[in-house]
Amino acid sequence: MTNLIDIKGVTHAYKTENGPLPVLENLNISVPEGDFCAVVGPSGCGKSTLTRLIAGLIKPDEGEVWLHGERVTSPRSTVGMAFQNPVLLEWRTILDNVLLPLEIVPNSMSKRQKQDRARDLLALVGLDGFEDKRPSELSGGMRQRASLCRSIVHKPDVLIMDEPFGALDAFTREDLWQTMHRLRAEEPFTGVLITHDLRESVYLADEVIVLSGRPATTQHVENVKLSGRTDLEVIYTQEATDILHRLRHQIEVAQGRAEVVAQ
Amino acid sequence: MKHWKKVATPTFAIIAFLAFWEFIVWFNHWPNYKMASPSDLIPAYAKYWNLFLIYGWQTLWRTVVGLIVAVIFGTLIGMVMGFSRTMRDALYPLLVGFNAIPKATVVPVIALIFIGQHDFNTILIAFMISFFPISVAVSIGLSTLEPEYRDILRSLGASKWTIFWKIALPKTLPEFFGALKVSVTLAFIGTNLMEIVEPHGRGLGHLFDSGKINADYPLMFAVLIALAFLGIVLYYIVVALEKIFAGWAERPQG
Repeated sequence: MTNLIDIKGVTHAYKTENGPLPVLENLNISVPEGDFCAVVGPSGCGKSTLTRLIAGLIKPDEGEVWLHGERVTSPRSTVGMAFQNPVLLEWRTILDNVLLPLEIVPNSMSKRQKQDRARDLLALVGLDGFEDKRPSELSGGMRQRASLCRSIVHKPDVLIMDEPFGALDAFTREDLWQTMHRLRAEEPFTGVLITHDLRESVYLADEVIVLSGRPATTQHVENVKLSGRTDLEVIYTQEATDILHRLRHQIEVAQGRAEVVAQ
Repeated sequence: MKHWKKVATPTFAIIAFLAFWEFIVWFNHWPNYKMASPSDLIPAYAKYWNLFLIYGWQTLWRTVVGLIVAVIFGTLIGMVMGFSRTMRDALYPLLVGFNAIPKATVVPVIALIFIGQHDFNTILIAFMISFFPISVAVSIGLSTLEPEYRDILRSLGASKWTIFWKIALPKTLPEFFGALKVSVTLAFIGTNLMEIVEPHGRGLGHLFDSGKINADYPLMFAVLIALAFLGIVLYYIVVALEKIFAGWAERPQG
């Protein structure tokens, strides 16, 4: 299988009044097609910068970002994005919010087809019946579901998510994890998930990448292939607990609170 | 029930206000050259109703034109300041300084520069006094647009114009209409400043002036109330437009 996302030796710094602030240093990440990759790391280590790099919103100072065998130099319509803030447009209905990318990305779908596609996705995440509501009439979890629909409505190859469930309460979050599995079963996309929640990363991702503290580089890659994935119970198995322990330790190393131990 | 209440509440408030006014004048035995009462106004309207129509229309159309120019110019300045930090830093002190100048002092200057062009002068003052809130509101609306909104569209390859049209503009509308409500009343003040300070025989300001010259105090008060009436009408037109274009911003109360 080929790698859909290839990040090769990326170094990036932000310009500040006190000179450049390095956030990423010689970062290498490869994500095979169809895989789901979670990125975890200490706060402020440059995870959000990484999403903007993959989306082509910013260019790296050094190194290259490749998607689908093409070098990323500007934004591409084959990418979908979701943020912690669902950023729904308050003046549009839920359906029209989901349709937004189809108004921008060139496509050959008829109006009818677009609407059907959006309605199907909304039904898949459990929002059927809410198509004509305004975002302000929905709960936080429902808004985030609508935001997820919007991020994949144009069938992107890559879905980039920057802590999409971070602002939700624990139970709503678990609901959305399962929704995520449902979406993956129906929609083929390669995912990059930035998160602070190790359980989330283990439950959703095929591999978890731990970034070091700023400037961030790849510190550890954990392959997570839990059997019987979509059941939430899987988080409480010994297998998952072992992985969580290893990740927890790596985070402490990244924070500078623990020494690396041989495994 | 709800619709009925929406009209009844303000109507009742206006009637209560007029009754209170009538009572105060009656209670203090004020002569009408000190303070005319609402009952004095009815004969004034009956006597001069055709002048009220003619002059009222002159005041109204010049105010509306001034306001339209203010909306266009104010929005453009607001866009420039909203999108560019440099322009914001450059233009803000100029705008604030310009706004701080009492427009009553500008009226004779304008009247002298564009001597004889009464309609133009009046519209110019109405515009100058009313564009400031609009440009401030638009610039704040645009400069406080959360970066995620822009990223959502930019990551799809949308152009700057698309981002403005689909997100920045609609998102700014509630602030814009808030400012427009202030500007409506300001524009009336501008029109009447010109009509009263530099008399040229047009508009309700002129009618006020002739009331003053003839010591017709009820007429003067009648003009003020007519102006208030026009202001209310225009204000509610703006409210109606707001409902159509930015009704989404209103949250259900409960």
